[in-house]
Amino acid sequence: MADQTLSAPLPALAGATPGRARQVWRRFRRRPAAVAGLALVAGFLALAVIGPLVTADPAAQDYSAPLAPPSGGHLLGTDDLGRDLLARIAYGARVSLEAGVLSVLLAMVVGVPIGLVAGYYRRFLDPVVMRLVDVVLAFPFLIFAVGMAAILGPSLRNVIIALGVSQLPGIIRVTRGEVLTLRELDYVAAAVADGAGDGRIMFRYVLPGATSTLIVQATVGIPTAIIGEATLSFLGLGVQPPTPSWGVVLTDAQQFLDQAPWLAIWPGVMIALSTLGFNLLGDGLRDALDPRSVR
Amino acid sequence: MSERLMSEHSLLEITGLRVGFDTEEGRVQAVRDVSLRLERGEILALCGESGCGKSVTAMSIPRLLPPETTRLSGSIRLDGRELTDLPESALRAIRGKDVSMVFQEPMTSLNPSFTVGFQIAEVLRRHEGMSRTAARSRAVELLELVGIPAPARRVREYPHQLSGGMRQRVMIAIAVACSPRVLIADEPTTALDVTIQAGVLDVFRDLRDRLGTAIILITHDLGVVADVADRAVVMYAGRAVEEASVTELYARPRHPYTAGLMRALPSAAVTGEDGRRRLTEIPGLVPPPFEDPDECAFHPRCPRAREDCTATRPALEAFGTGHRAACFHPLSTAAGGDA
Repeated sequence: MADQTLSAPLPALAGATPGRARQVWRRFRRRPAAVAGLALVAGFLALAVIGPLVTADPAAQDYSAPLAPPSGGHLLGTDDLGRDLLARIAYGARVSLEAGVLSVLLAMVVGVPIGLVAGYYRRFLDPVVMRLVDVVLAFPFLIFAVGMAAILGPSLRNVIIALGVSQLPGIIRVTRGEVLTLRELDYVAAAVADGAGDGRIMFRYVLPGATSTLIVQATVGIPTAIIGEATLSFLGLGVQPPTPSWGVVLTDAQQFLDQAPWLAIWPGVMIALSTLGFNLLGDGLRDALDPRSVR
Repeated sequence: MSERLMSEHSLLEITGLRVGFDTEEGRVQAVRDVSLRLERGEILALCGESGCGKSVTAMSIPRLLPPETTRLSGSIRLDGRELTDLPESALRAIRGKDVSMVFQEPMTSLNPSFTVGFQIAEVLRRHEGMSRTAARSRAVELLELVGIPAPARRVREYPHQLSGGMRQRVMIAIAVACSPRVLIADEPTTALDVTIQAGVLDVFRDLRDRLGTAIILITHDLGVVADVADRAVVMYAGRAVEEASVTELYARPRHPYTAGLMRALPSAAVTGEDGRRRLTEIPGLVPPPFEDPDECAFHPRCPRAREDCTATRPALEAFGTGHRAACFHPLSTAAGGDA
């Protein structure tokens, strides 16, 4: 740490301008909350990727120890069927990660081009698109997701679609707002003067300017989707048992709250920590990517 | 046949150009009946105060004005080809290729997301169909042409790594990449430090000398005009009020407005009683662009105004070869003609 701070000004003195990624990292590193968020997200990713490989089979039942409290054999205890809670939580992390990342990805892939085109063709497309967005935004996020999931039927794939579609209006709004500012910039006018067409201007000149905002928006969208998946699964509209998802584990835990509270505590803690991690990471990125927030 | 036709007309001929904008407060007439010619290899200065219509006149050539609200009439011919009735797609092929622009703000006119080399190469690939590698090596040559040291290194840098003067040179490199016939530079040195301005102006002169590029230089700075331009058109309230070669204009300005602009130059400063050198301002403001009474638009600010100035609008009249001015009471004496 000490030698890093010492060596940091040296390249600048040598005349080399540090790359943008390095500048962002330097600003990011200075925020403890952001670093904590990054650590939580890294832990969550590690749990989702490596966890299921090293823990027990989440479906295997230990008939000798139903509802066993945490012990050496079952680090977090077992549920009513004698299944290892740690294994189920590790698998649940994978489900949460899939639901969180894929639904946001879906919303971005569909929403960003719509927002881009709406903001760019402000006179013709924008009023139509934005009124539709307003209609969807009139429903609370979870109510809309619950409705979508109920229509589509319960499965992880449908949860991802339901959460993705529910996030769509927000993404469209944010993208369109960015485009409205970016399209007025001097370098966009200069590109028009150089004979660039609409498509090129949208994707080469306008969209790159919106990436910082969109990265932040995606990072903040993931925890919303994780909670959404847990909620839908808790309500029985999402991932179906026996597949372990944090929401499913919570539902099962409900009946045994007095006998085995750890069954509810651990998935709850995981949901809280992972969403907290993504939110802190998102805030940290927002500050680090915005050059005006230099402290 | 085409040789003969080519020589018959100027490179660029603007005739009776009128440009208005529909706003909520009504029609704003930015350009009222402007006619001008640009010859091959000529540097023509369009000068006047803010709001005189010089930028709008230039922007109408590649039609870079918002199409929804712009009302444009008159004729703009580039090498005999009428531009005003071309569809957007045809204009797009002309922009950056036949007519290119350099804007005032070098700090914000480059795309921050790509290297300068990429941005120069992009224009070449689009308009000239060059390969990635050919465009890249041409980009280095262009950076060298506009006087950027170590172009092979600079080509890989991002705009934020360059100074304002450097960025303006990059903008010029992009503008001249496809050897345009007309280069329009809108206040290209206004945002730059005075120490850098001369260098950038040199680039324009050099481009004309080496590539034969005809340049329209929009500026409010008559010092810049004197430095690089061959001929100047002075605009006031959407009309050309005087037009002459630069040497003629400086030696014998006819229109009181031109003379006023010259007295506002630092080099023309008058030494006051306290020994300080003072600039002379033109009193009053540019008239609002909503009304257009049949009178000389400059008369409220003019020291030479008489009754006939409000009776009807003066037309451009010849004062020797290539020198025209629109004034009923023109200056007749030399340099500034102390009115």
